[in-house]
Amino acid sequence: MVPLSYYLVLGGILFACGVTGFLIKRNIITIFMSIELMLNGVNLSFVAFAAEWHALSGQVFVFFVMVVAAAEAAVGLAVIIAVFRTRETLNVDQVNLLKL
Amino acid sequence: MTPNLHLCLIPLLPLAGAAINGLLGKRFSRQTVSAIALGFCGAAFAMAVWVAAQFSALNIPHVETLATWIRAGGFQADFAFYLDQLSLVMLLVVTGVGFLIHIYSVGYMWEEGGFYRFFAYLNLFMFFMLTLVLASNYLLMFIGWEGVGLASYLLIGFWFTKDSAAAAGKKAFIVNRIGDFGFLIALFLMIQHFGSLNFGQVFLNVAQRGVESGTGLLTSIGLLLMVGAAGKSAQLPLYVWLPDAMEGPTPVSALIHAATMVTAGVYMVSRSHAIFERAPLAMMVVAIVGTLTALFAATIGVCQTDIKKVLAYSTISQLGYMFMACGVGAFSMGIFHLMTHAFFKGLLFLAAGSVIHAVGGEQDMRKMGGLRTKIPWTFWTMTAATFAIAGFPPFAGFFSKDAILFQAFTSPYGSWVYWAIGVFTAFLTSFYMFRQWFLTFFGEYRGEEHSNHADDARTGVPAPHKHIHESPTVMLVPLVILAVLSVCGGWVGSVRFDNFLSPALHSGSPVMENAAATREEPGVSEGLLTSISIVAAFGGLGLAWFLYQRRPELPQKIARALNGFYEAVLHKYYVDELYAILFVKPLIDGSTKLLWQGIDRDVIDATLDNSADGAQHVSDAARHMQSGNIRSYAGWVAAGAAAVIAYMVWVGAR
Repeated sequence: MVPLSYYLVLGGILFACGVTGFLIKRNIITIFMSIELMLNGVNLSFVAFAAEWHALSGQVFVFFVMVVAAAEAAVGLAVIIAVFRTRETLNVDQVNLLKL
Repeated sequence: MTPNLHLCLIPLLPLAGAAINGLLGKRFSRQTVSAIALGFCGAAFAMAVWVAAQFSALNIPHVETLATWIRAGGFQADFAFYLDQLSLVMLLVVTGVGFLIHIYSVGYMWEEGGFYRFFAYLNLFMFFMLTLVLASNYLLMFIGWEGVGLASYLLIGFWFTKDSAAAAGKKAFIVNRIGDFGFLIALFLMIQHFGSLNFGQVFLNVAQRGVESGTGLLTSIGLLLMVGAAGKSAQLPLYVWLPDAMEGPTPVSALIHAATMVTAGVYMVSRSHAIFERAPLAMMVVAIVGTLTALFAATIGVCQTDIKKVLAYSTISQLGYMFMACGVGAFSMGIFHLMTHAFFKGLLFLAAGSVIHAVGGEQDMRKMGGLRTKIPWTFWTMTAATFAIAGFPPFAGFFSKDAILFQAFTSPYGSWVYWAIGVFTAFLTSFYMFRQWFLTFFGEYRGEEHSNHADDARTGVPAPHKHIHESPTVMLVPLVILAVLSVCGGWVGSVRFDNFLSPALHSGSPVMENAAATREEPGVSEGLLTSISIVAAFGGLGLAWFLYQRRPELPQKIARALNGFYEAVLHKYYVDELYAILFVKPLIDGSTKLLWQGIDRDVIDATLDNSADGAQHVSDAARHMQSGNIRSYAGWVAAGAAAVIAYMVWVGAR
C-alpha cells in the first residue's frame, strides 16, 4: 500500500506546478490549464484522504469539483474564443482594456 | 400707589427710531430719515421733561418693573427702571443735549453718505445710554454700558473706509474692554456676597457694613468699579482711546465723547456712592486718579494743534475733575460738573464742528485765525463755552468747578494737594482754551482758500461751498441753546443742586455723617478759594493773550528753550508708544510668534499635515499592489495562502 504522504506530496507538486504556471505564463490557454492542474492537485489529496479514512464525502466532493471545473472550462473557453475573435491575441497582458 | 410713568418708553423710543432708520432708512429721503430720528429722540426728551414735571408727586426712588429677565435660584435681575434725583438729572442731560445734537447733526451730516446709518447709530446710542442711566440693577446698567461702547465704536468708525477711523474705533472698543473686565468682576463679587445686583438690595447690604479701615470687600468692589469707570470715562491709565475717538464725525464727539457716554463712569461711581463711602482707600484712589488725569491731560492739551484734539484732552481733564469730586466724597458736585460740562463741552465740540465746516474740513488751528467776523454766531457761542470751561463767573463752569475745588480742600477726604493741583489745572485749562480761542478767531487767516467742504475730503463729493461761510440755521439753533445753557446752567447753584441730589447721594455713611457733624470751620474762607480760582482763570486768559496775541513769536521760542519737555508733551508723553511697547507689541509678537507660528502652525497644523502626508505615503505604496495585472494578484493570493499555511504549520508544530 502506497502511504498517504506520497499522494499528498504528489498533489502538492501538482498544485505548485499549477500555481507557478499560472503566475509566469502569459498565454491564456496555458493559464487555464494551470488552473486545471491546481484543481486536480487538490482532487488528488481529496481522494487520498478519502481512501485513507474510508470516508465517502471526499470522493463526493471531488465529483463536485470536476463538475464545476467542467462548467468553468466551458464558460472560460467560450470567453477565450470571444476575446481572441476581437483582439486576435491570447496574451493576457494585452487584454487590459479595463486597466486604469 | 405711585402712578405708572412708563419709564421703559424713554429708552425704547430711540430704539424704535434706530430700528426704523437702520432697517428701512436706505430707501428714505434725507428729510424722512431726519424726521424719524429727531421725532423719536425728541419724544424721549419730551417724556423726560414730563417725568420731571411729575417728579415731586413720586415716591423716590420710583422703580418700575417691565418684565422678569433672569431668575436663577435666589438671584434675580429684571428689566426694571429706577428713577431718583440722580437718574432724573442724567435723564434730562442725556435726552436734552442728545436731542440738540441730533438737530445739529442734520445740518452737519447733510451731505454725507450713509446719512440714515448715522442717525440709526445715534438713536441706538440714545437707547443704550438711557438704559444705562435708568437701569435698576447693575446688570441692566452693564447692558447699557456695553451698548454705548458698541454705538461709540460704530460711530467712531463711521467713515470706515478711512484706516485711521477704523483703527480708532477698534482702539476705543478694546481699551474699554479692559475697563469692563474690572466692572464685571465687581459685579461677580456683588453677586457672590450680596446675592443680588439690584441697587436697592445691594445698597441695603452695603449699609449694614462698617467703614473698612484697610482693604476688604467693599474696597475691592470699589476699586474694580473704578477700573470700569476709568475705561469708559477715559481716566489714567485707560484714557488713550478718547483722543483717537476724534476720528468720528464731530457731532459724535460732542454727544458721545464729551457730553454723555464718557460721563457714564462718573454716574456709575456716584450711583455706587454707598460702596465708595465705606471704602476710604477706594475713594482715595478715585481722587488721585481724577486729579492726576486732570493735570496730565491739561498739560497735553496745551500743545495740541488739532482743534478737536484740544477739546478731547480738555474732556479727559474735566472728567478728571468729576472723579476728583467723587473721590473727595462730593458726588453731587461731580454730577453738577457733569451737567455743566455736558452743556459747555457739547457746545465747544459743536462750535468746533461749525468752524471745521466753515473752513472746509481743516482741523489744524495753525491754519485758522481771524474767523471772528466771518462766522459770528459760531464765534459768540464758542466764546460763551470757552468762558464757561475756563471758569469765569458767572458762566456755568465756574460754579461747578469752584464747588469741586472747594470740596477738594475742605471735605474729610480732601486735601490741599488736590486743591492745588486742581487750581493749577484750572489755570492750564483756561490757558489752552483761550489759546484755541485766539488761534481760531483772532489774528489773520492763515489757511489757504479751500475748495473742499467739511467732510468731503473723506467722501470725495465735490463741494458746493467755496468760501468761509457760516453754518446753516439748523446747526446754529442748538449752538445758541447750548450757549444759553452754558451761561445760565450754573446759576442753580451748587448748594441747591446738592440739596436736590442729597436724597439719592447720601447713604448715611458713618464717616460722612461724623464729618458733617464735627466739621471744623475750614481754615480758609470759601471766598478766598473762589478768588484764587478766578485769578487762575484770568491768569490763563492773560497768558494766552500775551503768547498768542501780543507776542505770537514767543511760543516757538519757549518751545525751543524747553526742547525735550516740549517734545515729550507734543507727543503726549509717549504714552501711546509706551503702551505699544509694553502691551501691544508683546501681544502681537506673542500671538504671531508663539500662538500663530509656534502653536498653530508648528504644532496643530503640522500634526494634521504630517498625518495626512503619512497617510498619503502609505497609500501611495499600497496603490502599487493594485496594478491591474492578474498574475500579480494571483501572486499575492499565492503568497497570502503560503503565509496562512506557514502559520498553520507553525501553530501545528508547537
